[in-house]
Amino acid sequence: MKIHAFKVSTFLFFAFSITSFGQNVKLINIDQLNERIKNGKDSTYVVNFWATWCAPCIKELPHFEKLNADFKKEKLAVLLVSVDFKSKLTSAVIPFVKRKNMKSEVFLLNESNPQEYIDRIDKSWSGSIPATLFIKEDKRKFIESEFTYEQLLTEYKKL
Amino acid sequence: MKNFITVVTVFLFNMLLSQAQTTTLKAGDTAPDFKLKNVDGKEVSFASFPKAKGYIVVFTCNTCPYAVAYEQRIIELDKKFKSQGYPVIAINPNDPEASKADSYDKMQDLAKDKKYPFPYLFDAGQKVTDEYGAKHTPHLFIVSKTDKGNVVEYVGAIDNDPEGTKAEKTKYAEDVIAALKSNQKPAITQTKEIGCTVKRKAKA
Repeated sequence: MKIHAFKVSTFLFFAFSITSFGQNVKLINIDQLNERIKNGKDSTYVVNFWATWCAPCIKELPHFEKLNADFKKEKLAVLLVSVDFKSKLTSAVIPFVKRKNMKSEVFLLNESNPQEYIDRIDKSWSGSIPATLFIKEDKRKFIESEFTYEQLLTEYKKL
Repeated sequence: MKNFITVVTVFLFNMLLSQAQTTTLKAGDTAPDFKLKNVDGKEVSFASFPKAKGYIVVFTCNTCPYAVAYEQRIIELDKKFKSQGYPVIAINPNDPEASKADSYDKMQDLAKDKKYPFPYLFDAGQKVTDEYGAKHTPHLFIVSKTDKGNVVEYVGAIDNDPEGTKAEKTKYAEDVIAALKSNQKPAITQTKEIGCTVKRKAKA
């Protein structure tokens, strides 16, 4: 019996450490992203487009993590959508997310035609990253530039 | 006082954002001429290519992984099309303080290392970058020389395969030049692609 309990607790320990360790990175296309926002329980969404190869993106990611942590109670969800190549999911994106111990929801964009998907995010987007989409109810605001934490906070508060 | 500071901060931030929103030239617009310093120390403008029928102006840099991925393809564009009247003119749009590895010295090193067959120009103050509204690297503008001056024919990506893994690529730039050479308007005049944002000095 004791041995059995030990086995169970060991199993639970490993199961927990895997879930707490392995921040998942899900593939998402634009339709799924729109669904995620439409059906989500939060009222404000800050969707940041980034990549592991993009230095200014990596610099500002902690600001998005902080915003997410600080305003969770206000029903904010930060979604971090990587535009890395799909082939880099297991070799670059997942290791990066683990290394930085990222807490926000992280996705890899599962789209192949930028002629279509860039305009579907926002017509004004030229395609450069970092870029961020702010959504609160019917309001949408798209900003194609890098943020300091203060700038990000200002944009969030303005919504 | 605190309110005043907030108002001023918000105002300044909005100003910075609106400043960053320079509009990108489109097909049909006049392509502004420029005079910029090449990696060999000489100044280059459209007039440096008196026999050209047009120009492949590409905003690219040393550092962006997308620019690096396209470097060889830009060299090949020049090799293929300079002799046909469409030389490549590369311009680095990044501020050297914001991106140290994009300094004039580092540009010289790279151009020498990779034996760039085309001019690689330093855009002091990012003036030409803003005139064209180049947003990211690489950002390509194909220009034709007409009776009415230099006209933008195409803006966007070089092809539809930044990763370089597709068996069948759509070569946007080559298709545009093929159309121009047969005196036709290109079928596609604008494309979008992911790229590294143009690096600017941090303000305030």
